[in-house]
This record gives sequence, structure tokens and C-alpha cells, in this order.
Amino acid sequence: MADVVLQPPVTRALARVGARRRGPLRRKSIIAFLMTLPLILLIAVLVVYPALYSIHLATLNKSMKSFVGLGNFAFLFKRETFWMVVRQSCLFAITAVIFKALIGFIVAHFVHNVPGRQQRKWRGMLLVPWVIPPAMSCLAWLWLFDPSYSAFNWILAQFGIGPVPWTGDANWGRFSVILVNIWIGSPFFMIMYLAALKSVPEQLYEAAEIDGANWWQRMRYVTLPMMRNIIAITALFSLIVTFANFDIVRILTAGGPIDRTHVFATWAFWLGIQGGDIPLGASVSLFMVPILTVVAVFILRDINRRGNEA
Amino acid sequence: MLRARISRRSLLSKTALASTALVAAPYVRGAHAAGSLSIGFWDHWVPGGNDASRKIVQEWGEKNKVNVSIDYITSQGQKNLLTIAAEAQAESGHDIFAFPTWMPHEHSDQLVPVDDVMADLIKANGNVNPTVEYLARADGHWIAVPASVGSQMKGPCSRIDLMKQLANIDVQEMYPAGSPPKADAWTLETMLKAAEACHKGGHPFGIGLGITADNVDTAGIIFHAFGGDLVDDKGNITVKTDGVRAAMEYYRKLTQWLPPDVPAWDDSSNNKNLISGKAALIMNPPSAWAVAKRDAPQVAEQLWTHGMPAGPKGRFGPFLPYFWGIWKFSKNVAAAKDVLRTLSQRDNVEKMVVASGGYDLPSYEKLTDFKVWAEAEPPKGTLFHYPNPYHHQIQWVSAQPAPPKVAVQIYTQAVHTKMVVRFMKGEKLEDTLAWAEGEIEGYMRT
Repeated sequence: MADVVLQPPVTRALARVGARRRGPLRRKSIIAFLMTLPLILLIAVLVVYPALYSIHLATLNKSMKSFVGLGNFAFLFKRETFWMVVRQSCLFAITAVIFKALIGFIVAHFVHNVPGRQQRKWRGMLLVPWVIPPAMSCLAWLWLFDPSYSAFNWILAQFGIGPVPWTGDANWGRFSVILVNIWIGSPFFMIMYLAALKSVPEQLYEAAEIDGANWWQRMRYVTLPMMRNIIAITALFSLIVTFANFDIVRILTAGGPIDRTHVFATWAFWLGIQGGDIPLGASVSLFMVPILTVVAVFILRDINRRGNEA
Repeated sequence: MLRARISRRSLLSKTALASTALVAAPYVRGAHAAGSLSIGFWDHWVPGGNDASRKIVQEWGEKNKVNVSIDYITSQGQKNLLTIAAEAQAESGHDIFAFPTWMPHEHSDQLVPVDDVMADLIKANGNVNPTVEYLARADGHWIAVPASVGSQMKGPCSRIDLMKQLANIDVQEMYPAGSPPKADAWTLETMLKAAEACHKGGHPFGIGLGITADNVDTAGIIFHAFGGDLVDDKGNITVKTDGVRAAMEYYRKLTQWLPPDVPAWDDSSNNKNLISGKAALIMNPPSAWAVAKRDAPQVAEQLWTHGMPAGPKGRFGPFLPYFWGIWKFSKNVAAAKDVLRTLSQRDNVEKMVVASGGYDLPSYEKLTDFKVWAEAEPPKGTLFHYPNPYHHQIQWVSAQPAPPKVAVQIYTQAVHTKMVVRFMKGEKLEDTLAWAEGEIEGYMRT
């Protein structure tokens, strides 16, 4: 039995050419790896390590002296407040993302139809809520919603309406935090959708018009299919960020009244840092991960499928 | 070119000589011979409030040859709590840290016992109040030293004119500047009637029911004055008791006379309510008065800080102390203890209280007679009773006497005010009590 298989001359020649080509390619990939290494290290230190550490923390008891496995999650699942926070986080994130997408879509169309120089001005102005640091804009909203000196209530009072308990009532409190999130987040959707709109070839609209398509049909059969991936990616990205939102609720209501506006991040902070129960706080914040993973898998799978079909 | 030639023999002899000289030389005390010390103080909100502590510590450092570094860490956005959590996790950081109310117990096993320091300080300054003992002792040891900086009492701050006109109560006569209180008639029932009268007169009391400290402090103290502790000192849940029911009934009546938005109040809401001229009474340290002095002097000259109304179980004042603790990972415990002794000397405490404009409160019974409180104005004597100079009320913290590790959860989760708001919004009393019992059962985990 032969241990060595002799290669025919043509194959050997091709292998030599391949090796010559692989040389610079390998060098290029090493250079690329070295150039991304700082970023990889940064992510490892600032993202991977804290994530693993929080998993470790979530498996400890309150005094952080003994391992309790999934005991903290078992404890949380029995708490009425925890399930209330789950419901509120879902309500907060889903409602806010739907409205942000809707408003972003409508405003993007308006801006798209504004002529050149004017469009730049509108684009800049509409981006303002998104570029102001949220902590600052939330403080302004806090003054507008102030329980005793609300500017909105002052205006409503001129028409004999109110006062509205913007942050003092459970439902109004939820409305207020969602409203502020929509105000801050809509420009992001607007700018993404505007970019997508600009990339739709004009010929498609011209062809649709020749075929006698009306406004709705052009939207239904040209615009939306061309924007589907951007809509999905933007919604996913925004859902993740909105689920993990902290500053808006923290500044406007601090989770009140009677815990009715808490979301995962604010409740985790309340339990972990203010209440001194770091493992329980870590467990609450980790509970977001499976929810977001499921959402991300579904959306990304859908995008991939469409990509393959294309 | 000259080249020095060193033989092996001469090198050995010179090295031996040098070594002998080094060993035999007298010890020369350097600039920082006693090592270094880092301190994380609470960043005072009063402009210039940090100056006194900085000066005292610097002078101590120079005298004792210790290289001291101080960081002033704000409590805005819970920055100090985050730093404490980080240092506890990393077992590295400052040697001394300013711990807010509940934090010494939270980290009791990571703090150096300071029994020797406290023995000296109690001998010099008198006993500490029951709240300090409750919060700074664990397993029979002192684990932290009460700090005057940041410690505060959140008793009533009343409008002299409105209380007189609308409720027929003369707060200056009840708590006269320079002499003991004559406040036997100042009870929770009297306060309820005054709240009704002031509400009808268009100046409701500004007592919040939100989830922040000012709101929780008042509610916890009123519950305690009715004997309505949610958990007793042995850790038994005592939510479904007559004391708690009585406190809830009292609050049901009181909330009728409060502004409707009180469930949304934070720690600034009551201040704004007072300074704008709306409220006839709030529960707050003199910070509201200090801001009024600057922004609304006509309101400030009508303000009088005084004691809490008594309940069926006694008169209790909402006290919120700060502490200085030494981390076990400190490499200079001896120096840390010495600087804490220095900071707690009467003259130094007075300097820090003066720097805070009288806001800071020492916890020792002999340190309640500084001139700053007697001389504060307008009106003259407005802060005289702020430090409880006649020990007319017992200083207490909301959720005391529950074991501190449970009490901190009751406090931070604002169980008292949430109970009141639920009841106020129409929930049945027994349902509210059942909810509170369920919540507190969850806090019992170790």
C-alpha cells in the first residue's frame, strides 16, 4: 500500500500558483487582524468581561459569599413586581419602537420631498432631539412634566383643562416616558429611512407610474420592499437599545409611582446599587438577554433569507 | 583621556564601607515618612462646604508626615454608591470612605472595626444617638465613625405667618430660640388639624409620598410614632398589626389635605413647594431655608425649623447620618484611625458645621450647641432647634428597628410611601398590607 500519493504535474503546478497567491493574502489577513486587535481587546475588556462577570454575580447569594446557581432567577420568578417590570419593559419598548418607526417613516418621506438646500436644513433640525445628550433633554422634559409647575399643565389650564398628573399616575407616567423615548429616538429612524429612500432607483417609480400605479401601490410594491431590510435592522437595533433604556425612566419617574414605570435597567439599578443586592440586580439585567436574543435571531434570519432570495 | 582603574579588592572594600555607612546612619524622617492615605469624602452641595474638611486633613497630613489625597465624590446620580460598590468588588481604592446611611452594614465584613476610636470619641463628645448605634455597630463592634458632614435631620420647616394665621399655631413659641421646647401639644393629631386648616387656607403642607429619601424618611417616622414598624428588631414581619393600621388610617386622613401630586414628588419637590410660597410646612433639613434666603428672602424670613409632632409611641425625628469607614484593604489603618479621631474633635466638627452653614449635624450629644445654629438668621434662631439641643425627640431612621440588611431594602424600595399611595388610590387596606408583607418576605433572603 502506497503511503504517498503522487500528484500529477498539472495539479502540482496549480498548487504552486495557489501557494504564491495565498502568501500575500495570508499576510493581508494578518495585518487586518492586527489592525482590528485593539478593537477586539477593547470589546473583550469592556463588553465580554463585564458580561461574564455579571453572569458570575447573578449566581451568587445576596451577601455574595456562596454560589446559588439559578436561585436568584427562581426567586425573581416568584415576585409580583418582577413580572410587572417584564410587562412594563415590553410595553415600553414595543410601543416606543412602533411609534418611532411610524413617525420616522412619515417624516423621512416629507424630508425626501423637500428640495435640495432646504432639505439639509430640515434634516439638521429634525436630528436635534437625537443628538442632544438624553440626560440633558430628559431634564428639560422633567421640568415640563413637573408635578407642581408643569409647563404643559400651565398651557392646558389656559383652556380650562387639567392639571394632568404626568408622572404622578401610573398610566400617565407610562405615557410620559414612552413619549420622551419616541421624541428622542424618532430622528434615528428618520435618517435611516431617508438614506434608504434615496437609494431606491428613480426608474422603478417611473416604471410603476407608466404601469398606472397610484401612490399607495408605489408605496406598497416599490418603496416598502426596497426598504424592508433597513426597516428590520433599524427596528432590531432600536428594540435592543429601548429595552435597555435607563436614563429616561430614571430621570423622569425613577420607576414610580408605585413601581409602575420601572423597566429592567432602572429596576436592576434600584435593586443592585441602591438596595445593595448586586446579584439580584445582575439577574434582572441578564433577564433581558434571552428576550433580545430571540428577537434578534428571528429578525436576522428573516433578513438573511431575503438576502439569499435576492 | 583619563581612565580610573578599579581593582576587585578596592571595589569590595568601598562597597563594604558604603554598606556600613548606610546601616549605621541615623533615620532621617522624610516629607511623607508615615506613608500615604487616600480619602473619599462626600462632595458637599453647599458651596465651600468641602473647604473645612480639606484644611483639617491637610494640616493633619503635614503634622504627621502622611501624604494625603482627598477625592470629593458626589451623591448626584448615586455616584458615591457606585464607587462604594466598585471598591468593595475590587477590594481596592480609598483607605477611608464616606458611607451614606445604610452602607456600613452593607459592607460590615469589609470594614475595619473602630471600637478604640469610638471609645475615645464617645468619652470626649458624649453618647451617640440610637440611630447611629443602630447603623454603625455590627456583631458587637463599631464598624464606622459617625460623620458630621452630610448627616441631617429632616424635621418640619414651617411658615411662621401661615401656621399662625391659618392653624393658630405659633411655632416660635412652641420652639423658642435659646430655650427648651414647649411642644407637648404638638402631636400628630394637632398636625392633622393644622394640615386641614392650611389646605383650606390655600397653603397645604408639602409632605411628599414619592420614592426618594425625603418622602420615605417622613413616612417611616410617622409609622414608627404609631408603633407601626413593618419588621421588628428580631426580623419578624409585623405588617399586619394595629400600629401599622393606625398609621395607614392617619395617612388616609392626612393625604386629603396634601397637594394631589405628592405621589410623584422627589427630594426637590417639597423645597420648591416651600420656596414658591405655596407650602405652610415641609419636612426637610435647612437646605430649603438656605435656598429661600438666596432666592426668596421674604419666604426665608418666615421659616422656622423645629421638632416633629409626637405620636402615641413617642416623638421621633427623622435622622439620616453619614459615616466614615476604613476599608479592610487599607494599607495604613493606623493613620486612617488617627485622621478620623482628628476630624471628630469638637473644634474641627464645629469648623465643618460652620462651613456647611449649619446643615451638617454631629451625632454626639455634647455637640449640639454650636453658635452657628443659634445665630442663623433670618429670622434669628431659625435653626436653633435643628440639632435637637434639648434631646426633645429621639433621632430615628425610617425602617429602624428592622435588622439593617432588611431595613435598607424597606427604605430603598420605599415600602412605606408605596403602601400609603396604594391605600390612597383606593386599594383595600388588607390588600395593601398583604402586598407589603409579600414584598418584605422577599427582602429576608440572605
